[in-house]
Amino acid sequence: MSELNRPGIDIGKHLKEYVVTYVFLILSVVFIIISGRPMNDILFQIMSRLVRNLFIVLSLIIPIITGMGINFAITIGAMAAQVGMLLAINWSITGITGILVSALITAPLAGVFGFLIGSLLNKMKGQETIGSLILGYFANGAYQLLFLFVFGMIIPLNTKVTIVGATGVRNTLDLTINQLQGAVDGVLRIHFSTALYIVSGLIVVIGLLLFLTRRMSRKRFITLAVLALASVGVYLLPFVQPHFANVHVPVITFILVGLLCLFNAGIMKTRLGQQFRAVGQSRTVANAAGINVNRVRLIAIIISTVFAGWGQILFIQNLGTLQTYSAHEMVGLYAGAAILVGGASINRATNGQAIIGCLLFHTLFVVAQDAGTVMFGNPVVGEYFRVFLCYGVIAVALVMHTWRTHAAAGKKSRLQA
Amino acid sequence: MNRIGKRYGENQVLNDVSLRVKPGEIHALLGENGAGKSTLMNILFGMPVIMETGGYQGEVHIGGELVHIKSPHQAIEHGIGMVHQEFMLIPGFSVTENIKLNRELSRANIVSRLLGHDLETLDTDRMTDDARTALDKIGIAISEAEKIKNLPVGYMQFVEIAREIDKSGIKLLVFDEPTAVLTESEADILIGVMQALADEGIGIIFITHRLAEVMKAANSVTVLRDGKLAAYRETGKTTLSELASLMVGREGAEAVSDNARDFPADSPLAMEIEGLHVQMPGEAVRGLDLKVYDGEILGIGGLAGQGKIGIPNGIMGIYPAQGQVTLFGEQLPLNNPKGSLKRGLAMVSEDRRGVGLLLDQSIEDNIVFSAMQINGDFIGPAPLRLKSVRQIRQKAKEMMEELDVRATSSLQPVGTLSGGNQQKVCIARALTLNPRFLFVSEPTRGIDIGAKKLVIDTLLRLNRELKLTIVMVSSELLELKSICDRIAIVTEGRVSAILKPSASNEDFGLAMSGIEVKGESA
Repeated sequence: MSELNRPGIDIGKHLKEYVVTYVFLILSVVFIIISGRPMNDILFQIMSRLVRNLFIVLSLIIPIITGMGINFAITIGAMAAQVGMLLAINWSITGITGILVSALITAPLAGVFGFLIGSLLNKMKGQETIGSLILGYFANGAYQLLFLFVFGMIIPLNTKVTIVGATGVRNTLDLTINQLQGAVDGVLRIHFSTALYIVSGLIVVIGLLLFLTRRMSRKRFITLAVLALASVGVYLLPFVQPHFANVHVPVITFILVGLLCLFNAGIMKTRLGQQFRAVGQSRTVANAAGINVNRVRLIAIIISTVFAGWGQILFIQNLGTLQTYSAHEMVGLYAGAAILVGGASINRATNGQAIIGCLLFHTLFVVAQDAGTVMFGNPVVGEYFRVFLCYGVIAVALVMHTWRTHAAAGKKSRLQA
Repeated sequence: MNRIGKRYGENQVLNDVSLRVKPGEIHALLGENGAGKSTLMNILFGMPVIMETGGYQGEVHIGGELVHIKSPHQAIEHGIGMVHQEFMLIPGFSVTENIKLNRELSRANIVSRLLGHDLETLDTDRMTDDARTALDKIGIAISEAEKIKNLPVGYMQFVEIAREIDKSGIKLLVFDEPTAVLTESEADILIGVMQALADEGIGIIFITHRLAEVMKAANSVTVLRDGKLAAYRETGKTTLSELASLMVGREGAEAVSDNARDFPADSPLAMEIEGLHVQMPGEAVRGLDLKVYDGEILGIGGLAGQGKIGIPNGIMGIYPAQGQVTLFGEQLPLNNPKGSLKRGLAMVSEDRRGVGLLLDQSIEDNIVFSAMQINGDFIGPAPLRLKSVRQIRQKAKEMMEELDVRATSSLQPVGTLSGGNQQKVCIARALTLNPRFLFVSEPTRGIDIGAKKLVIDTLLRLNRELKLTIVMVSSELLELKSICDRIAIVTEGRVSAILKPSASNEDFGLAMSGIEVKGESA
C-alpha cells in the first residue's frame, strides 16, 4: 500500500487549504509598510492583544474537532466570566485572589450554560455554527436584563458598582481600584529576549529528551530545533532586535495559554479525545460503535464554554476596564475569525492554527486603522475594513466548507459510478 | 450454534422462519427485497426497531442456549458481529483506530484516576499490535497506520472484517451484501477470507443476491420469500436455476400479459440510450445501453439499489447524468430538466409526495403546473399573462373524468387525496404536457390493490389509444409482466437481460442476480 503514501507535501493543495492565511500574511505586511507606524509600537500592540485573546481562541478547538463548527456561543462563557468579575469587584476582593474567585464563580456558571447550549445544539445537528451565533445574541438580552435590573434591585450590590441614583450595574467598571488590572499579567513580566531564549532552550532540551527516549521522530526533532535556533538567530540580527525593545511577556498568562495548548493536545490522546474525533468525523459510525454521541458533544461544548469564560477573565484583567454591557459582544466573532485566519476550518483545527491565526488577525487589526488613514485620509475606513475582514473571513470559511463538502461528495459518487 | 426460529409481529413481516447455522459453516441467506432478510437480521442483533414494535415471536438459541437479545450491545456480548453494507468506518482515522473504535486500549493516568475511565491515555502500541494480528488473520497486507480514506473501496470491507474478528469471542459473523461494491478479484479474496474464518469455527451468514457466489462459497442456503421460508438447501444438492426460481417464483403466475406484442429488431426507435451513467445515490446507473421502440411499453425491473430508478431520473435531469440519449432521432441534452420536458418527455416520479406533487396546492393547479411552466399553456393574453382559470378548470375536469380521480372538486388540495388518486393526478400532470414519451417510475408503490389495477389499465389504454411510448420502472415483476411488451432487468447499473413477459421465473431470477440468461430473450 506504500504507493498510497504520497511523499512530501503537495504544495498546490497546501496553498489551497491555507489561502486565507496567506492572504492575511500578505495584507499584514503591506499594511505594516503603508501605515508607517514604528515597528516598536506595532510589536508592542500585537503582543498585548495576543496575550488578551489567545486563551479564548484556543477554547474553540475542541468543539471544532467534535464536528460542531465554531462555537460562537463562547460569548455566553464570557458573560459568565463577567458575572464572576462583577461579584469579585462587588465583594472588594483584590489582586490575584479576586481573579481566582472570579474564575471559581465562572466555572460552574459557564458549565451550566455550556450544558444548556450543548443540549440545544444537539437538537440542531448540522446547524451548530449559526445556532450558537444566534444563541449568543439571545443570551445578550438575558444578560442585559440581569445586569440592568436583577442586580441592584433583587440582588443587592455595593453602591460603587451600581449606576448612581438608579438600579443596575455601571456601564464601565474600573479594575484598577481593586488591583485586578494586570493581576495575572503583572505577577511576572520578562523582556521578550529572555522569554525567547527560555522557550527556545526548553524546546531544544525537551525535544532532545523525547527524541532520546524515542518518543519523537528524528525529523520532527530536527525541524523543531532548527526553528527554535533560527528564531533566536533572526532576533539577534542587528536590524531586528531594536524593534522588540518595548515588548514584554507576561509569564503567567503565557504559561496558562501553554497549559491550555497541552490540554487540547493531551485530551486527544485519551479515550474521550478519540470519541471527540470520531463524533466529529462521522456521527453515524460513532453511534454504531456504541459511542453516546450526544454526551460527547455536550462535554465538548461544556469544556469550550468554561475555557472561554476563563479566557474572558484574562482578557478583561489585561484590558483593565470592564465594559459591562459590551465587553462580551464580539468575543465569539473575533475568536472565530482569528482561528479561521490561521487555516482552521469548520471541522479541523489545531493549536498552531489558533496561535498563527490570532497573531495575523491582530496584526491586521493593529495596522488597519493607520493604513486607512494613510490611504484614504480617514481612520474610519480602516475601521470599516477591520469589520469587513472579520465577517468576510467567516463567510469565506463557511462557503469553502460547503464547497469542499460538495466537491468531496461529487468525487465520491464519481468513484462509485 | 443451534436453531434460530422466529416470527415477527403485527404485519407478519416474517412468518415462521427458521435459520440454522453450524459453527464453521457458511450459510447463505437469499431473498428479494422485502423478503424479510433485514428484519431477520435486526432481530438477531436486537435492533431497537424490533423492541419498539413489540418484540418478536419464536426463540433464538446460541450455542444451544436460549437467549433473548434486547440490544446491539448484548448481541456483541453473545459473539455476534456484523459487516455492514454501508461501511461503518471513519475516513479520517487510521485502520487501527477504526478497528479499535470505542474499544480502545488505554492506561490509567493521574487525571483518569480522578475523573474516570474516559480520560485514560490511549495505548497506541498495544492497539497497533492487536490490529496487526487481526489483519494478519485474514491475510490482508495493508498497513495498520493507513488512513481509511486512502484505501481502495474494496479494502474497507476487510477492515470491517478485521474489526469484527478483533472482538473477542466472536461466534457468528453476518456479511450483509459484502460483494456488492467489490470487483471480481476482490470478491474472490473476500470469499477466501470467509472460508478461512469458517475453518476457525466461526459461523457465517452471507446475505447476497449473487447466486454464483452462493454456489461457490456457501455450504447451505436459506431462501426467504414474502416473509416465509421458501426453502432450505445444501449447496451441493441444488442448482443455480433452482435457487433462482425459488427466490423469484410465486405460484400461479396469473396475470402474464396476453397482449404483449412483438417488435422486430428494425422497428423505429423512440429512444436510444448509450453508455448512460447516473449519479443517483443508492441507484447509480453505470454505463447502460437500451433501445426503446416507438409505441411499445417497456418494463424495467431488477432489485432495489441496482439502478433501475436511476434511469428515468437521469434522463429527466433530476440527478447528474452522462452519456448519449437520442429521442426520436434527436440528441437529448442531459442534466437539463426543462430541455427534457420541452422535447416531449414526461415522467411520473416514484417520489410522488416529494418530487411529483405540490401537496398543498389544488388538483387543478397540480395538473397544469408543468404545462404552464414548460409549454406556456393555460396563460392568458399579453401584457398581463394571467393564468387562465377557465381553461385550467376545463382541462382538470377532462382529466379527472378520464382518469377517474375521486375528489370533491378540482380545488381539493392533493395532499388530502388517497395515494391512488394522487398517482392519477401525477399521470394527469404528465399527460397535460402532451408528451411523446412517458416514464413511469414505481407507479403502484404505496397504493391499494384496486387503485393499482386502475393505474395499470390507464397506462395500457394511453399506450394503445394515444400511441404513447411508455417506459415503466417497477420492483413488482408481476405488474411488469401484466402490461409490458418487453422487460429489461437491470443489475449493477446495466441491463443484464431483456426478456419477454412470458419468460420463466427461473430466467428472471437468474437475470436479477446478474447471470447471463441463455433462455428466451426478446
